[in-house]
Amino acid sequence: MSGLKIVVLAKQVPDTRNVGKDAMTPEGTVNRAALPAIFNPEDLNALEQALRLKDQNPGSTVSILTMGPGRAADVIREGLYRGADNGYLLSDRAFAGADTLATSYALATAIKKIGTPDLIIGGRQAIDGDTAQVGPQVAEKLGLTQITYAEEILECGNGKIKVKRHIDGGVETVEGPLPIVITVNGSAAPCRPRNAKLVMKYKRAMAPMEMPKEGLPYAEEYAKKEYLTITQWSVADVDGDLTQCGLAGSPTKVKNVENIVFQAKESKSLSASDEDIDGLMKELLANHTIG
Amino acid sequence: MNNVFVYCEIEGTTVADVSLELLTKGRKLANELGVQLEAICAGYEITGKVEEQTLPYGVDKLHIFDAEGLFPYTSKPHTSILVNLFKQEKPQICLMGATVIGRDLGPRVSSSLHSGLTADCTSLEIGPHDDPKTGKHYDQLLYQIRPAFGGNIVATIVNPECRPQMATVRDGVMKKEILDPNYKGEVIIQDVAKFVPDTDYVVKVLERHVEKAKNNLKGAPIIVAGGYGVGSKEGFNLLYDLAKEIHAEVGASRAAVDAGFCDHDMQIGQTGVSVRPKVYIACGISGAIQHIAGMKESGIIISINNDPNAPINQIADYIITGTVEEVLPKMIKYYKQNSK
Repeated sequence: MSGLKIVVLAKQVPDTRNVGKDAMTPEGTVNRAALPAIFNPEDLNALEQALRLKDQNPGSTVSILTMGPGRAADVIREGLYRGADNGYLLSDRAFAGADTLATSYALATAIKKIGTPDLIIGGRQAIDGDTAQVGPQVAEKLGLTQITYAEEILECGNGKIKVKRHIDGGVETVEGPLPIVITVNGSAAPCRPRNAKLVMKYKRAMAPMEMPKEGLPYAEEYAKKEYLTITQWSVADVDGDLTQCGLAGSPTKVKNVENIVFQAKESKSLSASDEDIDGLMKELLANHTIG
Repeated sequence: MNNVFVYCEIEGTTVADVSLELLTKGRKLANELGVQLEAICAGYEITGKVEEQTLPYGVDKLHIFDAEGLFPYTSKPHTSILVNLFKQEKPQICLMGATVIGRDLGPRVSSSLHSGLTADCTSLEIGPHDDPKTGKHYDQLLYQIRPAFGGNIVATIVNPECRPQMATVRDGVMKKEILDPNYKGEVIIQDVAKFVPDTDYVVKVLERHVEKAKNNLKGAPIIVAGGYGVGSKEGFNLLYDLAKEIHAEVGASRAAVDAGFCDHDMQIGQTGVSVRPKVYIACGISGAIQHIAGMKESGIIISINNDPNAPINQIADYIITGTVEEVLPKMIKYYKQNSK
């Protein structure tokens, strides 16, 4: 077999799991600068499934596709350090403000430009939105079917893929045709660590927009080693329709955003003394709240 | 035309609770808009079984799609049903569960129809909207309200131009209420082949295991929930002891689940089960927004925490400042001595 062509959808996200006190500005907006940018956790689970397929099918290629500003190239480098073959950074001001539909449009056009792969794998959802919409929407835009909530890819070959997936209250094993879109759960196998040799190989890999205009250090290396320059595409590069990108291509609009403030209730404060606890229990029993 | 549609999820021949909750909500929205409520049931051998489960919620029109291959659910056939039906019926709102199925199906349908979809809404309202950019005024849009950014903010989303306005809602977030047991709705048996091309049946379900939930958190009138403050797996024994006495179910916060104190299926909150018991006893739970989103509808909230400033205390009816090890045995002791 000639190997599989796999594209991994990855997103750089603010680490919303570790939100500190300074994560919100006094005005009640999100202070993105206070949150570290990380590789979306479930996308790492997806990368692992892709790399396992590559291990099992010699000759396969794994490409990382991400959309974001220049620093989002971090997720491509992180992917290269763990065994991906190359990466594509989709970056353009026109992509900004995209909802899930405009995002999936952009990703789908990029995938067409890459050439429809056998397999497109991403995390089930990103922790900054938790929508789980981009995977299925990319699938629909490419006319492919999908398997979401995947736990493990069991078999892949002869134009078919067998996947164990989560469903509400259980699990199922399904079989679908290639090409297909798969989204992977956070409970799937964790991603392998960085490989030291690959870190050495790719540590200077950069997208053109990250490079200084003049005085690029180690310029001769970039000339010699093509793999150190990460492919970077704009809307025009992927023949994108501007009306479907970014804010303009987003049917959903944010009407307003509120910082969460709980409404203070009238409450009774008690201590842990026998007296207080007995009093509370007596009250709850008397009005049949419990018992 | 212009009606409110609810996609009903079906396991075998049983309509999921979340769908009935959405029918209840959908009925209210339809009343407010002065339109009809329509429901979609797609499965196999469901005709004659889903009508009585759904119509009493105030369904004016029930579309039944009954064919082999529609159960178990796979993405493409159900997408085709919704997309083709919506092209014909042009609904203004479509609701579905934020379940594995709803979150697989909703995005595909929205992508195909180029309509906006908001996931995991915690509240749905109807209201006006003025677009700040175009200056255009809209009456009666669906406000899709949801926590965002890891639950640190609440965003109101609208879809001014595209229809249907689509939203998913998690199980247990909305209330389920029969409108009229004898509600007379029209039943339409649709010809599946007209909606679903044969080429859609491409994914095969080879094996399937569905288990009933191990606990009954969703329906429990009293819940004793533990957080990181419980301290250990053994510490949860005290919660089980109290729960046994007062006939409660035991739940947990994400922090307690992540720390390995209890099983994942006990998690209450935005990413776990949403509950609305009569009494909620929060033991050592600080009250992350995600947790509160899943239990704030509880009748009486009792917070036991040694930190008097724990965020959960702001929504509690009774605040007991003390440790769980100290307070729970006293509650158990009093109950044993004084009940019955």
